[in-house]
Amino acid sequence: MAQTPSADVDRSRTQVAPSEQYNYDIVKKFAIMSIVWGVLGMGVGVWIASQLAFPFLNFDIPQITFGRFRPVHTTLVIFGFGGNALFATSYYIVQRTCQARLFGPKLAEFTFWGWNLAVALGVITYMLGYTQGREYAEFTWQIDLLITVVWVAYFLVYLMTLLRRSQPHIYVANWFFMAFILATAILHIFNNLAIPVSLFSLESYSLFSGVQDAMTQWWYGHNAVGFFLTAAFLGMMYYFVPKQAGRPIYSYRLSIVHFWALVFLYMWVGAHHLHWTALPDWVSTLAATFSILLLLPSWGGMINGVMTLSGAWHKLRTDPIMLFMITSLSFYGMATFEGPMMSLKSVNALSHYTDWTVGHVHSGALGWVAMITFGSLYHLIPRLWDTKLYSIRLVYVHFFLATIGIVLYITAMWVAGIGQGLMLRAFDEYGNLSYTFIETVVFLHQPYVVRALGGGLFLAGMLLMAYNIYKTVEPVRREAARQVASGRTETTASASRA
Amino acid sequence: MKHEIIETNAGLLIALTLVVISIGGLVEIVPLFYIDDTVEEVEGVRPYTPLELRGRDLYVREGCYTCHSQMIRPFRDEMLRYGHYSLAAESMYDHPFQWGSKRTGPDLARVGGKYSNDWHVRHLIDPRAVVPESIMPGYPWLARRDLRYDDIERRMRALRIAGVPYSLTEEEFAANVERFGEETARQLDIARARENLEAQARRGNYDGDPSRITEMDAMVAYLQMLGTLVDFTRYDEGYFVEFR
Repeated sequence: MAQTPSADVDRSRTQVAPSEQYNYDIVKKFAIMSIVWGVLGMGVGVWIASQLAFPFLNFDIPQITFGRFRPVHTTLVIFGFGGNALFATSYYIVQRTCQARLFGPKLAEFTFWGWNLAVALGVITYMLGYTQGREYAEFTWQIDLLITVVWVAYFLVYLMTLLRRSQPHIYVANWFFMAFILATAILHIFNNLAIPVSLFSLESYSLFSGVQDAMTQWWYGHNAVGFFLTAAFLGMMYYFVPKQAGRPIYSYRLSIVHFWALVFLYMWVGAHHLHWTALPDWVSTLAATFSILLLLPSWGGMINGVMTLSGAWHKLRTDPIMLFMITSLSFYGMATFEGPMMSLKSVNALSHYTDWTVGHVHSGALGWVAMITFGSLYHLIPRLWDTKLYSIRLVYVHFFLATIGIVLYITAMWVAGIGQGLMLRAFDEYGNLSYTFIETVVFLHQPYVVRALGGGLFLAGMLLMAYNIYKTVEPVRREAARQVASGRTETTASASRA
Repeated sequence: MKHEIIETNAGLLIALTLVVISIGGLVEIVPLFYIDDTVEEVEGVRPYTPLELRGRDLYVREGCYTCHSQMIRPFRDEMLRYGHYSLAAESMYDHPFQWGSKRTGPDLARVGGKYSNDWHVRHLIDPRAVVPESIMPGYPWLARRDLRYDDIERRMRALRIAGVPYSLTEEEFAANVERFGEETARQLDIARARENLEAQARRGNYDGDPSRITEMDAMVAYLQMLGTLVDFTRYDEGYFVEFR
């Protein structure tokens, strides 16, 4: 069975450095952009969190009011930070596990420029007030078309590289990436069906309305989480965790079962965002049922990742990158337990519309997605530039800043969400409402301050990472530039001598 | 054991994955377009007038849905706080829907008529001038900017393609008269969009400044009609339950 990524260590046949055998250039670009968008996106996140605690921070400037800035935050972190990290790692993993050079360097280059142009244009247009008004799908229709073309190119590059593989088996990480590419294509196309106001207008109206539109949007919205932020990052996990641990994946059989169960079940659960709404009851009951079932494959993936470390637990004492990865899997396990619980209608009646949901999303997004990305990038970047990390100590500091930040964030949101939920449904002894809405807003102030603080710590960690990576990469680039320059002087010298 | 067949064949892996990820969406979404009981039959629900439509566009533009829901759930506290729970029919002309997912501010599904126009204008310009504890951003530019409505016909045409019964032809107009009554049918006539918009802004004088039509006029016109279309005194509670 070829189910260990360590198979690619064997380079004896090729006799060339991996940096020449594989297309690392494109991976480098995506990796750096991931960090750039990450810093910006998390910065905006801290800003809008502060706006909720201190509303004067809106400054009556249209472009940065909460309503326009919130999609800027989600787009930068999901599609900028997360998306670029996924392009980087998937292009790296598919080459290493297939032992084949990436197909279509021009096409891959196009996915880089196209994707990042879409993110940049998206952010600018939201600030100018152009949005489809659909969460996580706010891009205007022209940008949606650009994304579609980029995605087809991505699919082609990925598939053609898979077909070049030098061994019969497709490694498990690639199954997850492929499912992510396919599912994202379907979701993106159907959720963004819209009638433009005119050919030259940035505005459009969604093709569906009301209840059907809501269902389509949350089918998309939850699977943006399920495939973009979960399946694809599991692909990342299935390569980098065994690599960093130096051990094969714990259970091959488990990876098969949990892959198929995960991709099947996720598509059913979106309607749990619409409990108790005007959506027919049968859909939301079905979604709740499948949400509970989803706990099984989610924990299957977590167990498979964590147990990969069995026999190598001592690495947690000496390797901060491993710390990032194991902590991310722990948060993954926690968030995928909390999710099914919140999809129970009785729990959802309290939690929906409150900050508990926001906290849940961030325990997944910061705890799982960002932490596994940090671990993977810290593993990946020294290998791409064929060097060592500038500072392991800074990685430790980053780890603790991030972890403390997340804990502050989610506990503040639990307090805010559960507290507000309970206040809103409280009655006095005469059967009147105990609290007005604005009284719950007053209550939220303190948790909002703590949340902004937690986000600030997480952002500080991200900035440290950016600095660490800069100090890692910069000397290599300078050395390379010096070699090119000295090579040039030598040639000119020898030319003049002749 | 036979999984080897799939994991050594990229085409098969892709085909099977596509099948497996399609089932959930097909089962849950497609029937919503065909089961008649999905959207209640109820009188009073009508498409937006041109001015309300422009107000709704601004509501989307400013991202109000990031903090306000438009979906009242069937709970006692929500009924006391916001009113009758929302019907599917009440958002049947909403492209896109604005049910929202987070209540940093209160639900707005039935905010129409609860406050005066003047309150809305002052609140939107400076929320803390009216509600000192509010954390809502101010939207003073709505009162400053003239409303753009030179493309109102194009907007209504686009919505007509999406299925909203704005009328272009005589037959469509006649059908609307039958369905919504003469007065509403005129409001839905695309040919009369501009004069309708101007007339409603003049008549309503939502922003308190009759000399011009501002974005504030449109926004307040939209907010003031939210949730007011269905007369719930005419229906027995048991009727709506049949659709759930």
